[in-house]
Amino acid sequence: MSTALDLVFEKTRSENRAALIAYIPAGFPSKSGCEKAVRALAEAGVDAIEIGYPYSDPIMDGPTIQEAAEISLKGGTNAADVFSALKVASDTGVASVVMTYWNPIEKYGVKEFAQSIADNGGSGVITPDLTIEESARWLEAVDNSGINPIYVVAPSTSDARLAKVTSKTGGFVYAASVMGVTGARTNVSVDASALVARVKNTTKLPVSVGLGVSTREQAKQVAAYADGVIVGSAFIKLLLDAKSEQEGLDAISALAKELALGVREGR
Amino acid sequence: MTIQLGDVLGHFGQYGGRFVPEALIGALDELEAAHNAAKTDRGFQAELTELHRTYTGRPSIITEAKRFSEHAGGARILLKREDLNHTGSHKINNVLGQALLTKKMGKKRIIAETGAGQHGVASATAAALLGLECVVYMGEEDTRRQALNVARMKLLGAEVVPVTSGSRTLKDAINEAMRDWVTNVATTHYMLGTVAGPHPFPTMVRDFHKIIGEEAREQVLALTGKLPDAVLACVGGGSNAIGIFHAFIPDEGVRLIGLEAGGDGIETGRHAATISGGSEGVLHGTRSYVLQDENGQTIESHSISAGLDYPGVGPEHAYLHDIGRAEYRAVNDDAAMAAFSLFSRTEGIIPAIETAHALAGALVLGNELGPQATLLINLSGRGDKDVQTAADYFGIPL
Repeated sequence: MSTALDLVFEKTRSENRAALIAYIPAGFPSKSGCEKAVRALAEAGVDAIEIGYPYSDPIMDGPTIQEAAEISLKGGTNAADVFSALKVASDTGVASVVMTYWNPIEKYGVKEFAQSIADNGGSGVITPDLTIEESARWLEAVDNSGINPIYVVAPSTSDARLAKVTSKTGGFVYAASVMGVTGARTNVSVDASALVARVKNTTKLPVSVGLGVSTREQAKQVAAYADGVIVGSAFIKLLLDAKSEQEGLDAISALAKELALGVREGR
Repeated sequence: MTIQLGDVLGHFGQYGGRFVPEALIGALDELEAAHNAAKTDRGFQAELTELHRTYTGRPSIITEAKRFSEHAGGARILLKREDLNHTGSHKINNVLGQALLTKKMGKKRIIAETGAGQHGVASATAAALLGLECVVYMGEEDTRRQALNVARMKLLGAEVVPVTSGSRTLKDAINEAMRDWVTNVATTHYMLGTVAGPHPFPTMVRDFHKIIGEEAREQVLALTGKLPDAVLACVGGGSNAIGIFHAFIPDEGVRLIGLEAGGDGIETGRHAATISGGSEGVLHGTRSYVLQDENGQTIESHSISAGLDYPGVGPEHAYLHDIGRAEYRAVNDDAAMAAFSLFSRTEGIIPAIETAHALAGALVLGNELGPQATLLINLSGRGDKDVQTAADYFGIPL
């Protein structure tokens, strides 16, 4: 059975363009602010939204997302808030997924977490620190709940390992554009296109590129070779820098519209 | 009982394994291969043994603590003197091994995390000795608490980066070191300082420290004609404890006892006793016991000892606990400091505050077992670095 996420990629493929995927942590800039941001992003034309589950020890995240996670955790964000933000996203009609480090899933209950994703209209979960070797229980749970297990691969991942990882992946393969942590970068590395090509040798799944994309021009460049363009830190930075919540929402809406044009200009 | 200490994926029972970004898998595989090759590489082993003989000061001696024993129910107390190693603790065993592996892998830069500064100083020392660039991540809070060790690292040529994220202590220093490693993995080796983290670290760091127990087992047999009744060591991440326990694991009659940092008391929630007061979870790339809340967020640990102030513990300890091969007890700050003072005055050795937790455990155990018992304690570090903390605690004006 196809998830909403699968359908998004069918649609964008038929339109010969890349999908735009936006990331925002649950509970950031506040619980209600996050829900407003999700609606603003959906209205501005993003195709899918990743709701981040803020975690105390985010080793894959740069300073921007770390700061957002700290703000969110100080506000008391928990799993219920993640699912509630996920539901707001899926209710807007865009595809929605959760991105989380592994320990909160395990603490919540592996089966229960997967089922709560499905129950709130979510399509899948991105697990950046879960290796396929440690995934047996998780893959059983996502299979039972009919959601996509989305794994992250990196430029350093060998071809042999890419094949192993993508064989367990559903929805799309998340290709980290550079060796490093999340955060806006001036240049999206040339590693990214080479990685996407290597991933595509192992799977028919869509491949989305994340880490470092923040402008329409970068979105256009990435959209030339990838099926999806993931933007996170750039939105968060706008929300962090804004003088008021409304100013932040207006700013992310404007950026999302620009990026939505960018992903349509790549090919 | 079959004890399974590390399968090919680095599992100890249900614990261990790898929970890391895919970006690090290649480097972990490379490290595992280098470590496995080194185990049977006579040249490597000879070089490490020679460094230990001429630089570390191995074998470390055994000292009998006769006056301290009078306070421990008269039990015979033998000390494995890792405090006499170069740099003042057991940490040098691991860093020399990893520094040699770094050269084997052709990498020129090492990064390390440190809490109290002992592993940072040891890493900076090994880097200086072998001509490697060294960057040490240290929580900003800890750089203030341990300013002397920051200066030592700088004198040794290392760069010290204060970490300002999260709780600004050891766990955040590890996060920042992991971020550096994800970014610079092609040129950099992460010299993790304890038996935690993703496979192969728990196994590899244990292998570099197991010399402690191998030496001690022979030394105690030669001295007393029998094995000790119990082996005691403090446990933060757990490297000195695994180091002295490992050789004794097959000796079922020998009790293995880890002393965790009870801080203000487990019941207060302000402690670092991960096995005694935590639950199963994943932190810093491995499954083990973790101090965490109901949502799986890591809880900040508390201990007067910066070296034990960590909300995780090595997966091999979690496993030894669950199968009943090792016991873990918590020692509160006050009990540790009382033992610190008593030991200094009865033996003329100022121990590290970390080590004082093991000494406090021996006072209790000696009284439980009585004068027939022989206790072997890993005297894992000396207390020079703790003079400021101890002076503050005991109200000695500086």
